[in-house]
Amino acid sequence: MNAISAEGLMKTFGSGEKAVRAVDDVGLTVAEGTVLGLLGPNGAGKTTTVRMLTTLLAPDGGRATVAGHDVVTQPQAVRASIGLSGQFAAIDENLTGRENLWMFGRLYQLSSKQARRRSDELLEQFSLAEAADRPAKTYSGGMRRRLDLAGSLLIHPKVLFLDEPTTGLDPASRMELWDVIRERVSGGATIMLTTQYLEEADALADRIVVIDHGRIIAEGTADELKAKVGGERIEVVVHDPAALSTATEILQRGSAGECSVDEHTRRLTVPAATGSKGLVQVIRDLDAAEVEIDDIGLRRPTLDDVFLHLTGRFAEEEPAAEAVAQGVSSGND
Amino acid sequence: MATTEHAPQVGSVQAVGIRQVLSDTMIIAWRNIRGSLRVPDTQIYMFIQPIMFVLLFAYVFGGAIPVEGVNYREFLMAGIFVQTMAFAVAPASVGLSDDMHKGLIDRFRSLPMARSSVIAGRVVSDLCSQLVVLVIMMICGVIVGWGVHNGVGPFLAGVGLMLLFAFAMLWVGAVIGLSVGNPQVAASAGLIWLFPVVFLSNAFVPPETMPALVQTIAEWNPISSMVAGARELFGNESIIVSDAWPMQNPVAAALIWCLLITVVFAPLAVRKYKAAASK
Ligand SMILES: Nc1ncnc2c1ncn2[C@@H]1O[C@H](COP(=O)(O)OP(=O)(O)O)[C@@H](O)[C@H]1O
Ligand SMILES: [Mg+2]
Repeated sequence: MNAISAEGLMKTFGSGEKAVRAVDDVGLTVAEGTVLGLLGPNGAGKTTTVRMLTTLLAPDGGRATVAGHDVVTQPQAVRASIGLSGQFAAIDENLTGRENLWMFGRLYQLSSKQARRRSDELLEQFSLAEAADRPAKTYSGGMRRRLDLAGSLLIHPKVLFLDEPTTGLDPASRMELWDVIRERVSGGATIMLTTQYLEEADALADRIVVIDHGRIIAEGTADELKAKVGGERIEVVVHDPAALSTATEILQRGSAGECSVDEHTRRLTVPAATGSKGLVQVIRDLDAAEVEIDDIGLRRPTLDDVFLHLTGRFAEEEPAAEAVAQGVSSGND
Repeated sequence: MATTEHAPQVGSVQAVGIRQVLSDTMIIAWRNIRGSLRVPDTQIYMFIQPIMFVLLFAYVFGGAIPVEGVNYREFLMAGIFVQTMAFAVAPASVGLSDDMHKGLIDRFRSLPMARSSVIAGRVVSDLCSQLVVLVIMMICGVIVGWGVHNGVGPFLAGVGLMLLFAFAMLWVGAVIGLSVGNPQVAASAGLIWLFPVVFLSNAFVPPETMPALVQTIAEWNPISSMVAGARELFGNESIIVSDAWPMQNPVAAALIWCLLITVVFAPLAVRKYKAAASK
């Protein structure tokens, strides 16, 4: 069974010249108990899609069901089955963490007692017990995020929507949040997660849908996507431009792919056929050939690489002129 | 964006019973009050400002603004009550724009709660805090020499009239708050126009002392009707020499103004709320 299914979703903001087609014919399904990563740059239409699926925004076209309920005709039933943690932590800063959760629990129609019990559990689980009785405005970014996420879990929702859950967090808080999300997944929840980081989608999602300017441009597992982009690469910056040709030869030796050379930055990039083993070999060979290096590393493909591959441009770039002509508007604001 | 107007918001059949509406409303009201009591601004607004106004006007202006044949402190209190009830604009506009700004309205809308409760809760919490402020001011008033001379019935009617005015004004605040969407702007946009409106009335001085045109404006100013109505119900001295209808029938005029303001601004606020929420 599909926990989320959408077809032909459309949303245009504004009208006439200034119309922005934020979501353009998006169709997707998420099987029960799986995690879908909706991956795309800023302005791609991720939030708009989530808002339509969570009944916050009426689609202009298309249809969608969440947990078996139609988002347009049965919004209240949808709301009773979902948890939403939006892109920006939406908590009441003047209330304490405990009060926030109690309030959300009550508004999920739990009894006061149930809401209290569930809040206590969640505060414990999200390492907020100590700060539970402090107003939320004293919380750090990571704590706010966790409280926000806890607020969406009061009812063990069937379907959980997480809109850029880790954007703006430091790496440590990000890892913490990933653990929390993984726990949910092992608990059997269906999750739709949006992110700008391929790495994050890779770490958490079973399947990834790549979206750009409101349109789906690719989908598959993380491995499938990475395979498309060519997987990991070895990157070397040599110290002396004169050593470029020797280094190119060495890199080429252990790789099936083409070695690209940027003479200006003295940077060489080659697909890493055998991962870190290949890297060790390359370092040995370079050392043996007495090539002095400034920097070397294994680089995982990023959203930028996926984008470069899929669309021929970087994620943050303005769309090509032709795309504008088709009425697809720029998403970067 | 005609299409966003129907579908989930309006067209949906919301299986939400009246009990749920009430309980959700009380929860929102609770969180408004609980939260606002932790904000120094609100504490000042609720507990310091009313006392300050009473003392300031009674002891500072009280001597400087002689109103012939009238005990100025008696005359003054209704003006301060009405001014403070009009300030209900502020918590409503700041509260709603803050919720909007912080994404809380979206969050509420994603919950299986009664949608009307976000605004209804605001109304309940603001009326509660206005009532507290009114009581504090009345106690201060009694201390400086204000009194009620018409008995319990009219006194309660007067309190009711004050709350009705606060109710009407908080819809104005809701419209402002939902229009500007930025709490800081909402705070000043909510209040800046109120001072001239209050001063262009009979709140602190009798309009008879004003130039003819200003006098006419003052006589038809809703604030004047409210103030004159309160003075009548509380039995406070008021010198009405004007023939203008609202001044001759202040309680009726006050009720009509409250009704008019509510009828215009409440639906507007609800529309703004729906429109803002569907963005
Ligand atoms: N309420 C709105 N009014 C007008 N334009 C909007 C609105 N919300 C989003 N957009 C536009 O729609 C596009 C997609 O936005 P969004 O869904 O927020 O993208 P993402 O979440 O992927 O960053 C952007 O161009 C954005 O500017
Ligand atoms: Mg977004």
